[in-house]
Amino acid sequence: MTSTQAAPELSYLEHKVAMYRSQVALRRFEQRAYDLFLENYVKGTSHLSIGQEAIAAGVAAAMRPTDWTFATYRGHAHTLARGVPMTPVFAELMGRSNGLMAGKGGSMHLTSVEHGVMGSYAIIGAHLPIACGAAWSAQYRGTDQVAVCFFGDGSVNIGAFHEALNFAAIWKLPVIFFCENNLWMEYTRTSEVTAVANPAADRASAYGLESIIVDGNDADAVYEVASLAIARARAGEGPSMIEAKTYRHGGHSRADPGKYRPDDELAEWLLKDPIPLYRSRLLEMGVDEDELLVLEADVDAEVDTATNEAKAGAAPGEELLFQDVWADGSGSWRN
Amino acid sequence: MAQLTFREAIARGIAQEMRRDESVVFLGEDVGAAGGVFKGTVGLFEEFGPLRVRDTPISEQAILGAAMGASMTGLRPIAEIMFADFFAVCWDIVANEIAKSRYMTNGQLTFPLVIRSGNGGGLRFGAQHSQSVENWAMMIPGLKVVVPSNATDVIGLMAASVRDNDPVIFLEAKALYASKMDVPDGEIVDTLGSAKVLREGTDATVVALGAMVPKALAAAEELSNAGIECTVVDVRSLVPLDMTTILREVSATGRLFTVEENPRLCGWGGELSSIVSEEAFYDLDGPIVRITTPHIPLPAADALEDLAIPSVERIVTTIAKSMNS
Repeated sequence: MTSTQAAPELSYLEHKVAMYRSQVALRRFEQRAYDLFLENYVKGTSHLSIGQEAIAAGVAAAMRPTDWTFATYRGHAHTLARGVPMTPVFAELMGRSNGLMAGKGGSMHLTSVEHGVMGSYAIIGAHLPIACGAAWSAQYRGTDQVAVCFFGDGSVNIGAFHEALNFAAIWKLPVIFFCENNLWMEYTRTSEVTAVANPAADRASAYGLESIIVDGNDADAVYEVASLAIARARAGEGPSMIEAKTYRHGGHSRADPGKYRPDDELAEWLLKDPIPLYRSRLLEMGVDEDELLVLEADVDAEVDTATNEAKAGAAPGEELLFQDVWADGSGSWRN
Repeated sequence: MAQLTFREAIARGIAQEMRRDESVVFLGEDVGAAGGVFKGTVGLFEEFGPLRVRDTPISEQAILGAAMGASMTGLRPIAEIMFADFFAVCWDIVANEIAKSRYMTNGQLTFPLVIRSGNGGGLRFGAQHSQSVENWAMMIPGLKVVVPSNATDVIGLMAASVRDNDPVIFLEAKALYASKMDVPDGEIVDTLGSAKVLREGTDATVVALGAMVPKALAAAEELSNAGIECTVVDVRSLVPLDMTTILREVSATGRLFTVEENPRLCGWGGELSSIVSEEAFYDLDGPIVRITTPHIPLPAADALEDLAIPSVERIVTTIAKSMNS
């Protein structure tokens, strides 16, 4: 299990170990996904968030199982962090019938409603207003569910971003807008095309929101800031926007080597890799290294097992082609 | 029985569904206290209050994004896009998100929502506030497209659209907002995907949609005086499309004329012609003829707009010429 769903029975330290395990699982999953891409098991495209795991793990740990995640096409980590097993995610990447959506969505659209993962959206910015709608539904129905919407720094200059922020603010919706600022849009540095230094946080005041910036490579810091924002939203105090500073170790997508980035920049951020930093912190806090070695071996075994299970899946059958265009399960548009 | 305008029928149709089901909510620009720019939603705000009838900023992406997010989490929203032309500023949410997300998630999500919008010309509003966009919507897999032509159908098809579990684009012909008819009292619930035969004839079948339906009926009356008896079919719903009724009526007369307000290229009549050609070719006694708005942006001046949108006169002369040739 890669779940880091808030579990109150965990002790302080157990909770941190669980967040570490989540980060390791996300990292090893995506390293394997990259290998599978090079081996041509993963077709099409995929967008890895290696280097950004502290955000997915930290926020998911602050959420309740009934809360909703809205992710982007760079959504493997956010999907797994909510407790979705690895096998169907690998299988979806490989276009197999045992995939999370039986191969009909692919890497960019991972969705698992039973885990609160309400979709991964591949048109920049589109899901911010959609997350508002889920939050509106919770508000209207009087549940205390919260919607968390992740997006990258490249999303802050598209219209839907601004429409959603204003909309959430005026209706005081229980939604958290979480910007993962990894400094690079796709192949262009975000600062070169953005009017403000902190692309999300500097816009917050335009919508009456507090400017919140967090170290996105520190799962504890992410967990703390997310917990506060979620508590505010749950209490009816409206939306928050959080900007996390982070870095993707790889390129934008597929086999993009990211050569447009200066070597020293990558080297600097590799020193801030969230996983070894968190591991050191746990050891300093007295966690036994043997426990972590067992945990890491366990994750590796989980990745191996899931890889094999996914590879064993059949190709989706022709019967799926017309299935579920419509709510009655059919694909028929005429009589 | 009460006489209602088309615009009054919209409010009655929405109210009927909001009274029945608390999960039905309504949002859009100026729809609340103002009652809608076309006065199509007068009285809803007063009856259902600001939590169920919500005014929004001028943010079409936010309106439709909110409707989508609400529909996938337990509500049945009705969203208004004031002019159908404005679909162009939120088409990503319609075409990429709402239409495809059920299929992409292998049926994990459903989107029971209605997007209603003022469609079409005739009001001298010019090229950006007069378009008939039914063909935009029809070409996207995953959207249902409903176009009523009279007040009773507005109520019944609105009910069917709200109760349907799929996203429905509900296009209201602005040119019909002031039209009146006697509407039965009590609940009215219709069926999506059912065309209606409004007039029986033996010589030709005229298939029309929305604001073109009353024009087709008027043309049929004139043609009858000239000895040409037309069947008139109101399509009512482009997706799902009732080809059973249309093929039956075309085969019965041997001729098909479509009357379309959308610009000619890729208009719905092109698809109808293709299906009829494939499936009823040997029942045809003459060519299929499409009567459409030409492939031009709509001009504002009344003299020019009247030339562009199919008129009763153009329908009559086109059909008469083709039938007599």
